[in-house]
Amino acid sequence: MTQVAKEAWSPGGAEYDAVLSELRDMVQACMQCGTCTASCPNGAFMDITPRQMWRMVQFGMIDEILDSRTYWYCSSCYTCTMRCPRGLKLTSAMAALKRLAQLSDGAGRRNGAFYSSFMDNVETYGRTQETMLMQNYFLRRRDPMLPLKFLPLGLRMLGKGKLHPPKGDCKGRLGPMFARAREMEGRS
Amino acid sequence: MTFAYYPGCSLVESAREFDVSVRAVLERFDVEFQEIPDWTCCGASAAESVSHLMNYALPARNLAIVEREMDGVDVIAPCSACYLNLLKVDREVVGDRVLHGKVNEVLAASGLSYSGGVRVRHLLDILLNEVGAEIIRQRVVDPLEGMKVAPYYGCQILRPYSVFDNPRQPSSMTPILEALGAEVHEWDMGARCCGASLMATHQEAALESVAAILSAAEGAEAVVTVCPMCQMNLDAYQPQAVRVGGRRVPVLYLSQLMGLALGMSQEDMLVGQTMSVTETAKKRMRDKAWRVQEPSGESAEEPVGADG
Repeated sequence: MTQVAKEAWSPGGAEYDAVLSELRDMVQACMQCGTCTASCPNGAFMDITPRQMWRMVQFGMIDEILDSRTYWYCSSCYTCTMRCPRGLKLTSAMAALKRLAQLSDGAGRRNGAFYSSFMDNVETYGRTQETMLMQNYFLRRRDPMLPLKFLPLGLRMLGKGKLHPPKGDCKGRLGPMFARAREMEGRS
Repeated sequence: MTFAYYPGCSLVESAREFDVSVRAVLERFDVEFQEIPDWTCCGASAAESVSHLMNYALPARNLAIVEREMDGVDVIAPCSACYLNLLKVDREVVGDRVLHGKVNEVLAASGLSYSGGVRVRHLLDILLNEVGAEIIRQRVVDPLEGMKVAPYYGCQILRPYSVFDNPRQPSSMTPILEALGAEVHEWDMGARCCGASLMATHQEAALESVAAILSAAEGAEAVVTVCPMCQMNLDAYQPQAVRVGGRRVPVLYLSQLMGLALGMSQEDMLVGQTMSVTETAKKRMRDKAWRVQEPSGESAEEPVGADG
């Protein structure tokens, strides 16, 4: 049975398959009541409702799911998780979808640019360095208009003394842990 | 009782006023605390979207240090995301043999391991249940009498684990605000999401949430929060949020407001670092202008019955 189910999905690497099976386990018990959709503060911006998304995961409609923008609009507020009558960890499922998308193609990587920039920042500096994080994010998005959108805020933060050059106190401290986790998760 | 203090990255970066005011307030209530040596980032809400293992290993590293070097005392986390991430280790890793083994394998790369005995507590929990409203009331020297304050809780101190407050109708700030002499602004936006990191990735969605929250604060002198991300979203993006229906209102940290009521100055509490606090707002707080019946009136110093 597992083999049949597996073939319904697009081929991917070991990490991709692992996330996928984790995701299916997470929402297997969804009974389609729609409480998650009704609870989501960002629902109006999603193209597929959260309820529909879990059904699609159950059906193995991976390509349609990854093309959707729904999971990118999850702000991790945990309202759906708290209210789910089946006790499913739906916020974690949204995060798993973000991981899956970043493992697949260019669009997924571009959409996940903020999260991956954040983790690179942590890996490099040990503690988040906000100024460097935003720079890295802008570079990854390759959208010349994006920095302009944040420029007025940047200037006001500068005026309030809220921006600092990166500190090196914990630099490299997390490198070995990141390397080990990558190895264990089968990522390159 | 001594605590291990976990400031988290925001508090040493753009939310320094939160760190400064939290330390000052805890000291004022004789809460002993020591910063976790060599602490590192907890992964915020980004780690889970990148790596399942690092999502748990990053917060676990800090708990492992507390366990090994600080006798496993309770941790105080003022930031909501840090709090949830640290708490998640307790709720999701400890007790899950497979995951716990994997997390310790990652920690082993830094010569650490975590067995799972450290209790994680949010600042609000400490203020409410260790210090207590009565002690707060006794130490207040400059009560915020008549000041209407909208308590904003955000998401991650309430959900998905309800530890010290009701995630549907949070009220843990009420006794504290009342002890300070303030009035609580009644609203149903206290647990509404501010958009979190959507402000960086999908700003249109986050701005709509922020505008809804700010406009519901109508009539309040200030919004207070205990989360650096919530504060940043409600405060720094206020000019954009006003354009889509929000209102201007100062957004302060609860600890800053407590500091003021405890007799510390606006300068000590770094109130000037807050972007939504205008010069007028600062003056209103200094003069306690809200005691005057007409909110927009000139500062009528005369007590009732003095004229005529």
